[in-house]
Amino acid sequence: MNVSPVLDDKPGFALVDIRGLRKRFGDNEVLKGVDLQIARKEVVCIIGKSGSGKSTLLRCMNGLEAYQQGSVTVDGQRVCPDDRNALRELRQNVGMIFQGFNLFPHLSAGQNVMLAPRLVQRASSADAERHARKLLTRVGLGERFDAFPDQLSGGQQQRVAIARSLAMNPQVLLCDEITSALDPELVGEVLQVVEGLAREGMTLIMVTHEMAFARRVSDRVVFMHQGLVHESGDPETLFSNPRTPELRRFLSTEG
Amino acid sequence: MTLDFSVVLKQWPLLLDGMLLTIFLTLFSAVIGTLLGIGCGLVRSKGPTWARWCVGAYVELIRNTPFIIQLFFIFFGLPGLGLKMTALTAAIVANVINLAAYVSEIARSGIEATPDGQIEAAQSLALDRWQIFTRVVLPPALKRVWPTLVGQMVIIMLGSAVCSQISAEELTYAANQIASNSFRNFETYIVVAGLYLLLAVALRRLLNWVGPRFIFGR
Amino acid sequence: MFDFTLWDIARNLLLAMRWTIALSLIAFIGGGLVGALLVVLRLTGNRFVRGLVMLYVQLFQGTPLLLQLFLVYFGFSMFGLETTPLVAASVCLTLYASAYLTEIWRGGIESIERGQWEASSSLALTFGEQMRYVILPQAVRVGIAPTVGFMVQVVKATALTSVIGFVEMTRAGQIITNATFQPFLIYGSVALMYFALCFPLSWYSRVLEQKLRR
Repeated sequence: MNVSPVLDDKPGFALVDIRGLRKRFGDNEVLKGVDLQIARKEVVCIIGKSGSGKSTLLRCMNGLEAYQQGSVTVDGQRVCPDDRNALRELRQNVGMIFQGFNLFPHLSAGQNVMLAPRLVQRASSADAERHARKLLTRVGLGERFDAFPDQLSGGQQQRVAIARSLAMNPQVLLCDEITSALDPELVGEVLQVVEGLAREGMTLIMVTHEMAFARRVSDRVVFMHQGLVHESGDPETLFSNPRTPELRRFLSTEG
Repeated sequence: MTLDFSVVLKQWPLLLDGMLLTIFLTLFSAVIGTLLGIGCGLVRSKGPTWARWCVGAYVELIRNTPFIIQLFFIFFGLPGLGLKMTALTAAIVANVINLAAYVSEIARSGIEATPDGQIEAAQSLALDRWQIFTRVVLPPALKRVWPTLVGQMVIIMLGSAVCSQISAEELTYAANQIASNSFRNFETYIVVAGLYLLLAVALRRLLNWVGPRFIFGR
Repeated sequence: MFDFTLWDIARNLLLAMRWTIALSLIAFIGGGLVGALLVVLRLTGNRFVRGLVMLYVQLFQGTPLLLQLFLVYFGFSMFGLETTPLVAASVCLTLYASAYLTEIWRGGIESIERGQWEASSSLALTFGEQMRYVILPQAVRVGIAPTVGFMVQVVKATALTSVIGFVEMTRAGQIITNATFQPFLIYGSVALMYFALCFPLSWYSRVLEQKLRR
C-alpha cells in the first residue's frame, strides 16, 4: 500500500533526516557521526574519495546496512534495520539503483519492472503491465519490453533498473554510482533520464563521480571525507570556491 | 551360443507394465523428492544452526549408505515399529528420501551462488523473504544446477531397478519374471537394459524441455 | 531357530565386511587400471576408437548396475564359462568403475587449459613427456577429490552384488535377518557399518576439494 507524497511539509521538515550516524564494519568505523537533512524534491549529490563512507551512508538510508549509533528517519519514520516489516514499508517509499544494475536475468525488461508492483502492491497483471510499459517508454526503452537483460547494453540495463525502481512510486531515489560501471558513451543516456526525474520533482540522493552533472543538476552537493560531512553547499560555490583543503585536493584529482 | 530374442519380445505386455511402473515411480518420487530437497537445501544454507545440523546429519547418512539398505530398512525394518507399507509405497518413500538428500546439496550450491546484488535489488523493491527466494533466487539457481539435477534424476530412475528386490513390479521385476519363465536370462536382460537406456534418454530430453519452459525461462 | 546373541550378529557382519572391503578394492584398482587405459585410448585413438570408448561409458552410465550384474553373471554361462558370484561381481564392478573413472579423469585432463599443451609442445616435449611432466601432475590435483568421492560409490555398489549371491555385508544382513527376524536392528547396523566405511572417504574428498580451491 503506497503512500502518496505529502505536499505541504512544515517548514524545516526533512524528508530524509540523519543525525549522529555512526557505523563500523568490524573494527573499522566508516561513518563517524554524520548529520544530513534532505528536503522533499531536493537533488543532492554526495561526492568524495573511495572509502569516505558515501555508499555506506546511502545504504543506511534504505536499511541495507545496519548502524550502531544515531538515527535515520525517512518521512517521519525511523529506519530500523532489524524490523523486517518496517523495512518493507520503507522500501516502498525509498528506491535504490545500483552500480551493477542487478536486473533479474531470468525475467525480461518488462517482467523486471512488473515484479514488485505485482508482488508487493498486489497490482493486477494488466495494471502492472500497463504501468511497466509506460515507465519503460519514459526511460526510452518502450520497444524493449520483452528483451532480456543479456540482450541489452549497460546503459539500457541501467535505464530498466531506474524504471523498475520507479514502478513502486517512491518518494526518494537513492543512486549508488549508477554510471560508474558504464562505458563512457553510455553514461549520457542514463544521466539524461535522471535529469528528467529531477526536473519532475523527484527527491534524489546520488553518490556520483560525474562532477559536471552534479554541478548542473543538483540543488546541493555534499562532500564526504573520512566518514563525516566535510563540506556542503550549492554546487556553484562548492566547485568554484572550495573552502577546505581536502575538498580542493579532491577536486583537483577529479578534474 | 544361440541368442533367441523372440521369446523375450513376445512378452512385451509384461515389459510395458513394468516400464509404466518404473516411469510412474521415477516421476512421482522425482517431484516430491525435489521439492523436499530444495527445502532441505534452503535450510542447510540459511537456517538456524540446529536445523542445519539435523539436515546435515540426514544428508550424510543417506549419501554414505547404499540405496538397497535404505530400501530394506524401510520395507523390512520399519514394520517392526508398526509402520507397515506396500512394496510400492516403500519404494516411493525410499526414492524420495534418497533423492532429497542429493538434491539438497545440489540446490544448496545453486542457491549459494546467487550474487548478493540480486538479493539487495529485490530487498530494495520491498519483496519479502519468501518472494525473494521463490521469484529471484530459485529460478536462476535451478538453471545453474539443471544439468546436475537432471543427472541425479537419471540416477534415481536407474536406481529404481533395485526396488525389484522388494517385489515392486517395475521393469527389472518384469525382467526377472520373464527370465525365469523363459530361461533366456541373457537375452531378457539385454532387452531390458536397452529399454532403460531409452528411458534415460527420454527422461533427459523431457527434463531439458521442462526446465526452460516452465521453471527458469529460456 | 537358534538364539543369536548380539555378538554373534556383530561377528558375522564384521566378517562379511571384509568381503565388502575386498571387493571394493578389487573394483577400484581394477577399474582404475582399465579406466586409465581408456583415457589414453580416448585421447590418442582415432574416431572409431574414441566412439567405442564413449559408447562403453554411455552403456555403463545409462543402465542400472543391477542389470549389469545380471548380464555379466549370466553372460559367463552364455560363453560356456563357469563362474562364482565373486568373480562375476569383480568383473562387473571393475568395468562399472572403469567407465566412471575414465570420465572423471578425462574431465580432469580436459580441464587443463590448452595453453599448457601449447607451451609444452613448443618446448619440443613428446606426448608422453607432456602428459608425465606437465598435464598429469595438474590433472591429478584436479581429479583427486572426485576420484576419492567415487570410491564411496564403489563401496555402496558392492551392496548390489548380494543379489547375485555374493556374501558381503548386505547379503549377510539378509541371511541373519532371515534367522533372527530383527530387520530393524540388522539393517540398521549394516547401514551404520557402511556409513563407517564411506563417511571418512566422503569427508576426505571434501577436504581435498577445499584444498584445491585455495
